Amino acid sequence: MGFDNHLPTRRELLVGSGALFAWSQMPRIARAEGRDPRLLVVILRGALDGLGAVAPVGDPDWISLRGDRALVLDGKPPALPLDAFFALNPAMPNLHRLYKTGKAAIVHATATPYRERSHFDGQDVLESGLVKPGMTSSGWLNRALLAMESGGRVDPRGSRALGIGSVTPLVVRGSAPVMTWVPQRLLPASEDTQNRLLDLYQHTDPKLATVLQARMKLAALGGAPGIGDPMSDDPTLMPPGIARVRAYFAEAAGTAARYLAKPDGPRVGAMGFVGWDTHIAEGAASGQLYNLLGALDGAFAAIESNMREVWHETVVAVVTEFGRTARINGTEGTDHGTGTVAFLIGGGLTGGRVIADWPGLKPAQLFEDRDLKPTTDLRAVLKGLLRDHLRVDEKILAETVFPGSADVKPMGGLVG
Amino acid sequence: MSNSAKAEAVLALHRFGMGPRPGSIAAVGTDPRGALIAELDRPLTLTAAAVLPASAKAYRTVADANARRAARAKQAQQQAKKQQTAAAPAMSEDQTQTQGQAQGQEKDAAEMAAKQAAEAVPDPGRPIYLQEAKLRTEAALAADIGFAERLVWFWSNHFCISAYKIQSMSGAYEREAVRANALGHFVDLLLAVEGHPAMLFYLDNLGSMGANSIAGINRSRGLNENIAREIMELHTLGVRTGYTQDDVISFANVLTGWTLVPPGDNPEHGGEFTFNPRLHEPGGQTVLGKRYEQEDAEQGRAVLRDLAAHPATATHVATKLARHFVADEPPPVLVEQMAKIFRDTEGDLKQVAITMVSSDEAWRGPPSKLKRPSEWGVGMVRATGITAVDPARFTGGQELLGEGLWRPSAPKGYPDDEASWVDGIGRRLDIANNFAERVAATADPQAIIEDVFASQIAPEVKQAVGRAESRQQALALLFMSADFQRR
Repeated sequence: MGFDNHLPTRRELLVGSGALFAWSQMPRIARAEGRDPRLLVVILRGALDGLGAVAPVGDPDWISLRGDRALVLDGKPPALPLDAFFALNPAMPNLHRLYKTGKAAIVHATATPYRERSHFDGQDVLESGLVKPGMTSSGWLNRALLAMESGGRVDPRGSRALGIGSVTPLVVRGSAPVMTWVPQRLLPASEDTQNRLLDLYQHTDPKLATVLQARMKLAALGGAPGIGDPMSDDPTLMPPGIARVRAYFAEAAGTAARYLAKPDGPRVGAMGFVGWDTHIAEGAASGQLYNLLGALDGAFAAIESNMREVWHETVVAVVTEFGRTARINGTEGTDHGTGTVAFLIGGGLTGGRVIADWPGLKPAQLFEDRDLKPTTDLRAVLKGLLRDHLRVDEKILAETVFPGSADVKPMGGLVG
Repeated sequence: MSNSAKAEAVLALHRFGMGPRPGSIAAVGTDPRGALIAELDRPLTLTAAAVLPASAKAYRTVADANARRAARAKQAQQQAKKQQTAAAPAMSEDQTQTQGQAQGQEKDAAEMAAKQAAEAVPDPGRPIYLQEAKLRTEAALAADIGFAERLVWFWSNHFCISAYKIQSMSGAYEREAVRANALGHFVDLLLAVEGHPAMLFYLDNLGSMGANSIAGINRSRGLNENIAREIMELHTLGVRTGYTQDDVISFANVLTGWTLVPPGDNPEHGGEFTFNPRLHEPGGQTVLGKRYEQEDAEQGRAVLRDLAAHPATATHVATKLARHFVADEPPPVLVEQMAKIFRDTEGDLKQVAITMVSSDEAWRGPPSKLKRPSEWGVGMVRATGITAVDPARFTGGQELLGEGLWRPSAPKGYPDDEASWVDGIGRRLDIANNFAERVAATADPQAIIEDVFASQIAPEVKQAVGRAESRQQALALLFMSADFQRR
């Protein structure tokens, strides 16, 4: 039809995406063990099609389910074999390499406890760590930070550092002070103007004062990239084509890694990328999903290289609010679903495996005869990482960080 | 005017309008509620928009340019290949290159030629977007109070589309569907937006077809659930109000066939709404327990009418409006007053707005709401008395602050709570500093405080402005003050 040539290379925009949110605390117990772990959480907003990213090529029902949209080992381009059963989207050679060297793991058929199909409620559950949407205004990562015994702050001036951000995501909201970084090119206001404004806020609006003070502290940390940076968020540029998307993902993730790698930088951070809501012309093997996964793969490479000497202490968890329909919909895309994948990468991982209690793809095996059935609770994965990597207490994980999750045991053996 | 009357006028301008501008306190006068209501009786049309293309025309213009671009690229590629073939014999005498390398270079050269030829055809989409942005922004700058414009902005965000997906129609969509109905009945607004080609494009309905429709059978394609879900979740009932996955699927079937006229086939009407019976799932559908047996687009209109009249919609809309204008946690009494008038008047949005500003509950609370970046930005320009903007610069500023015009990252639109925006204060300072630098030669901060704000501003702010090292700094401090950020 005539409207096809209006379709952009991607569905949504990148501004507001790719911002880093981080904390200045260091995990005390892990440091006492002689480690200095880094954790980065990446949220893919819009619901990633797990089957389009990691295909169950060994499942006898796979081809009949997706037809000629199915990723296969002899496809063009061929999917990258992970084990006898699963194969990776061909757009992700870096992830494949990391996997083969034991520095990446994939969790399949996973989901949060959320079983409806609203993006916004799904993201709420994913980020709040609670079993239902709309129950809290703080995120699990923030509460984990509060619970983690602090081994001191990375900012010697010891205060909340902060932001230039646009919209703060729920996962990082809460009482542990968060700092944000968004690439920018505007010349900032002078220190004097900032000080005067801070003084004014301190007399008139303490909330705004806290935020402004935090930003000033972050700037004082020094070496903040972004100003004069070749990466541009210049809004006068046209909406990005895939080359710009790739550059944006790599630059945003790479900058996050540069921050996290600094000896006086934050140890824990979160960021998000949008655009995964592939209702039309999903294009897993060549098209929008292929392109986005390729951009994400580039982000992984940027993280690896910018983490440098702390790569071996790094874990990156890449999660999404839910999966998509197992079958292709009426417009060559997929609608909102349930089970999906999570990617784990990092030098600190015990990887090289796909972790899945595979539910099967026969109609009766699908959730409500439409979605990949979730068999692994995503909270088990996240709890395992928080317990074994950052040393957050297991009881606190069950009660405060992911309330009501005592039955969901942390997955062991993810980090080694 | 007494000081308390002036203070109430300033509150009216910040909370319900676009912020104070020269002369606006006099325009509000001593009866702010009456002045706000009176503004709703003025025509909401943009007279200057007569020069702008209708949505379908804008869409065709971009589609035509895209087609021309593809043709030029193909021509250039063919031309480049022809030249290479002609030069090939000479090349074969030189054995320094392998054949593979030579072929690779030929391919690159042909692709480069195609790319250059394509880029030579300008994209008309962005100039249209900027023209629309200019008119809309200048309407907000020119309004005496700006209550009606704020309502247009509110509904535009409630029924958002994204210019990243459908830039050509983004501004025209707001004019044709939202602005034209923002003070009418909710059902008419709903029918206008859901039937607008921009919305059908944005929420993926153009190619959605019933499995048993003519086209569905012939092409083995089918349904797309996106628009049906978002209409119920975001536009009308609200999330978790009782509809099920089956309701979503049935409603998606109802809406099959709601599409637009392909621009390539029809230079007169391409880009306009059309109901295509070939795509439509035949037969009746059950949505929320009610059977809809209509055969054509009437089926979808009937469902939309029922969704508009559903009590959950009244509550959803009243809550969102009160949250936007009054407080992140709006007084329940106010929400109920607004929901009741919505139900009693069959969703008369003007009456809902009047009920809001007539309620003491809407005025009682302290100015706790943090303005969204767009409101704050327009307020800053208004305070200086400037009435014309460079739309590229203005929309660029909005994007830097995370609220690009007609560019939310999801169908939910931009959020309306402090937690979402407060971390952006630092970046607002950079924008304020930048703007202050540009206007410092003509804008006098003392005069703005006295004339525009009638001196209704905290003594600490007056003092900080008075002691500033420069006019630029004084203006930046004024625009960043809590008195200016909150409403």
